[in-house]
Amino acid sequence: MNLHNILKKHEFKKDKLIEILIDVQHEKPYNNITEKEVESIAKALELPVSHVCGVMSFYTLLSLEKRGKYIIQVCKDVPCFINDEFNILKTLEQTLNIQCGETTDDHFFTLEESACLGHCDEAPVMRINDTMYTNLTKTKVFRILEQYKEGTLC
Amino acid sequence: MLETKLLTERFNHYDGLNINHYIDLDGFNALKKALTMSPGDIVHEIELSKLTGRGGAGFPTYIKMKSMLETEGKKILVCNADEGEPGHFKDRYLLEKDPYLVLEGMLISAYAIGAKQGYIYIRGEYDNAIKQFSKVIAIAENKGYLGKRILNTDFEFTLELRRGAGAYVCGEEFALMESIEGKPGRTRVKPPYPTEKGVFNHPTLINNVETFCNLPSIIERGGEGYAQIGSEYATGTKLICLSGHVKEKGLYEVAYGTPIIDVINTLGGGTINDIPIQMVQIGGACGPIIPPELLSMSIDNEAFEIFDAKMGAGAIIVMDENDDMFELILRNMEFFLHESCGKCAPCREGHIQLVHLLKKFVNFTATDKDFQSLRSLAEVIHTTTLCGLGQTSPTSIISTLKYFERMYHKRIQQSNKEAKHDRVTD
Ligand SMILES: Cc1cc2nc3c(=O)[nH]c(=O)nc-3n(C[C@H](O)[C@H](O)[C@H](O)COP(=O)(O)O)c2cc1C
Ligand code: SF4
Ligand code: FES
Repeated sequence: MNLHNILKKHEFKKDKLIEILIDVQHEKPYNNITEKEVESIAKALELPVSHVCGVMSFYTLLSLEKRGKYIIQVCKDVPCFINDEFNILKTLEQTLNIQCGETTDDHFFTLEESACLGHCDEAPVMRINDTMYTNLTKTKVFRILEQYKEGTLC
Repeated sequence: MLETKLLTERFNHYDGLNINHYIDLDGFNALKKALTMSPGDIVHEIELSKLTGRGGAGFPTYIKMKSMLETEGKKILVCNADEGEPGHFKDRYLLEKDPYLVLEGMLISAYAIGAKQGYIYIRGEYDNAIKQFSKVIAIAENKGYLGKRILNTDFEFTLELRRGAGAYVCGEEFALMESIEGKPGRTRVKPPYPTEKGVFNHPTLINNVETFCNLPSIIERGGEGYAQIGSEYATGTKLICLSGHVKEKGLYEVAYGTPIIDVINTLGGGTINDIPIQMVQIGGACGPIIPPELLSMSIDNEAFEIFDAKMGAGAIIVMDENDDMFELILRNMEFFLHESCGKCAPCREGHIQLVHLLKKFVNFTATDKDFQSLRSLAEVIHTTTLCGLGQTSPTSIISTLKYFERMYHKRIQQSNKEAKHDRVTD
């Protein structure tokens, strides 16, 4: 769906700004919203650009910066931490050769830490774009990464 | 049988989408009954049931409903499904496994308070719950459970789903309303309360997912019948989110009054490898950390009032003797540092300092002075902040200072030794 259709779906309503931003970002190859898009959205909804920027920066799931095609969010909160025996974050940092918060050179993966993802009973967990991966082991993490690279898990 | 199933009864008995299956399982019977009652009578039954909010604060549900009854004009109903407190997953289960129960509870409430418009605010990370609930809304509209003339009565109600976008603080009711209006989720100065001036300045009732799910049971059993379940302090059941170092992590539904230790040992099968329990955090990152001796205490809001902390929304996080208390508290404070909305200075700046101090404890470099700073800073944040985030965030520090003070001193002693050791090797 292009920008106009997304705005139309939400009836150009100011209060649906967050819904609109989520939908726009979802359609983008690099999981971000450009400044130009921010300006267009602000104009279409008759909102100040500063307001849209304020919303963009407040919500963690929204990003102005170009990120990877796949965002890996590793849960860092206590229940996952307690059950994380092999340090998922470090494993991913080493395997992808990036630090937490960074994107691989080919813009395929972005690695992020996340607050509790609401699956503490299946800890440790991570979320890649819209999918949760639970009860992680080292082998499972490697296999999931491989499958994304092979294109069998998108 | 330690579990009492009121809310989780239908789990896995239908796929969470087929409305006919829900109806076959006695779904919407309570709604039908409610529509034959007067709004005042419904609120009265809820008063008799002694139902309290399940979102963490434990406020009597009927009081908020009564103030809504007394207002005129357009009213709004909001279901808070922003579940983000670390250690909680109960609302996600309700949304995924029995979404029509959530809807039925909302409909009963909407009818009782005279709201024609509602929102369900689901956190953005709950992809499955979001997909499923948007289908549920469409199906319910089609089947005449949403829209005009619901079940051929004059009752009408429309429901919109709003997604969060990764901000824990939006679960706080004032921040939630800002977010529904499409703004950053920064809390409002109160009063006015939501029931006076809420979403778009209309009187608004906000309840947690689990709170709504109790309404059908109350209508079916009657308020007094419902109040038979539970303890002298709290009625009904509580969904418990059990996690950490236990064998059977998971969601359990128990009547109020059940001892915490029974949930851990009988339902959770005890700790992994039977390593002794060192401590348990109750109610998530903002809840108290308590020693094993207190685990015979029961799951009750009122019985549980220590450090202004309540049972919270039902998380029980078990830590065994191999877990490092300071690592866990540090994680809690890093969470609040990240989630602070930045509106008040003690919260915005205080958590930076708390994290800094706790890192010293984790790294064995803490001093007595750090201990004093930690203690006073936790108090300041607790007493001077604007919303529940800052008011409750230091609870894990304040509670461990009460029950595990010796561990702080021990760490400082070890720090002195390690520091000396460092100097020697230098
Ligand atoms: C920082 C913060 C986060 C909160 N998060 C939630 C939440 O995710 N879900 C929820 O139902 N209540 C949450 N609450 C409590 C709400 O402010 C409010 O009390 C609750 O939604 C009222 O519903 P209840 O009476 O049914 O519990 C939060 C409170 C604070 C201070
Ligand atoms: S206590 Fe923290 S989260 Fe709450 S209003 Fe103040 S800065 Fe924002
Ligand atoms: S702590 Fe990781 S899902 Fe809750």
